[in-house]
Amino acid sequence: MIRNSKKRRTMLYIPGNNPAMIQQGGIYGADSILLDLEDAVALNQKDAARTLVRNMIKVVDFYDAEICVRVNHLSTPFGLADLEEIVPLQPSAIRYPKTESPEEVAELLRIIEKIEDRHGLPHNKMTLHAMIETAMGVQNVFNIASMFSRVDAITIGGQDLTADMNIIYTPDGLGIDFARKRIVMAAKASHIDVIDTIFPDVNDEEGLRKETEYAKKIGFTGKAVINPRQIDIIHEVFTPTEEEIRKAYRIVKEFRANIADGIGVFAIDGKMVDAPVVARAEYILRLANVEVVTGS
Amino acid sequence: MKPKIAAQSGTFESSDVIFLIEPLPDNAGRKLEISSTVMQQFGSSFNRIVEDMLDHYEMTDIHLIAKDKGALEPTIKARLETAIKRSLELQEGTVK
Repeated sequence: MIRNSKKRRTMLYIPGNNPAMIQQGGIYGADSILLDLEDAVALNQKDAARTLVRNMIKVVDFYDAEICVRVNHLSTPFGLADLEEIVPLQPSAIRYPKTESPEEVAELLRIIEKIEDRHGLPHNKMTLHAMIETAMGVQNVFNIASMFSRVDAITIGGQDLTADMNIIYTPDGLGIDFARKRIVMAAKASHIDVIDTIFPDVNDEEGLRKETEYAKKIGFTGKAVINPRQIDIIHEVFTPTEEEIRKAYRIVKEFRANIADGIGVFAIDGKMVDAPVVARAEYILRLANVEVVTGS
Repeated sequence: MKPKIAAQSGTFESSDVIFLIEPLPDNAGRKLEISSTVMQQFGSSFNRIVEDMLDHYEMTDIHLIAKDKGALEPTIKARLETAIKRSLELQEGTVK
């Protein structure tokens, strides 16, 4: 069972120094919005982006989207200043780039909690998303994902990872396939969300659909988005079909009725239904925003 | 406070504003040149935001030029704060 109760099918990247894109960010219907202070911002505009994002978060209505801010790494001259401005605002999550070890996460959390203490803020509201985008990060991903209760999602950064591995990105994703699967398994073992990398060609809708279907098949819970045009396709892939929802509904409803009668395992349409099948069905209903009405 | 150096922030993109700040000779006060694509509707509000922020940072002996392309208040404030801090050489965590 995933700890997070929010849907994270799509996470839309918005450059942190672009006011027009930030103020329109909520209208496209992405599940999460990522205001980016890192790679999308020129080195000599880091201060401007940080101040703009700080001001915009306070007043812009992003509707139901989860708001995350990708800060710069603490090894850069920008990371600490980013945290000082953003942590007091308590967005839903801080996304930390190029996470390579649990020690790094511990240090990051120590700084975040110090800032929260200074502002009288709790330590359990804002979460952390660790981006895995180096070979070292892939090697350490299980410890990064599992050791901290505030880490409630991990993501793979495909572009930086291919650069770190000195390989060329190819549309079939072969070079990062091992990393994808290792990261997914670490997330599943830690019961947290796992979000796939961006699909860079915004004009290739078929390619996007194919890659998203593959990501879903191997266990990703969502995918990063670099253009609003990509949102609908990803949502289609990650949203259960009507048939899947109907089946899941029957499973959960009958399970609840049976459990009340002391029956844990039963059959629907000749197929055995036990706890893992029920957990999967509950996950499908959560994705579809469907509540099971019992006793009717 | 008086600007130490000439500085700018923002862009000419839609929904953004660009600010240019430079120091004036001592006791010259404030010289503001503000233009906006929405001057007729929101000019007085824009002027008030600028004056309030200059007051907040106690800026004087300053020449400020603003070219607005319909920026919202949080954007105007962010861009002006950045320009002021850059002109005072106060900004941290950036490449100058």
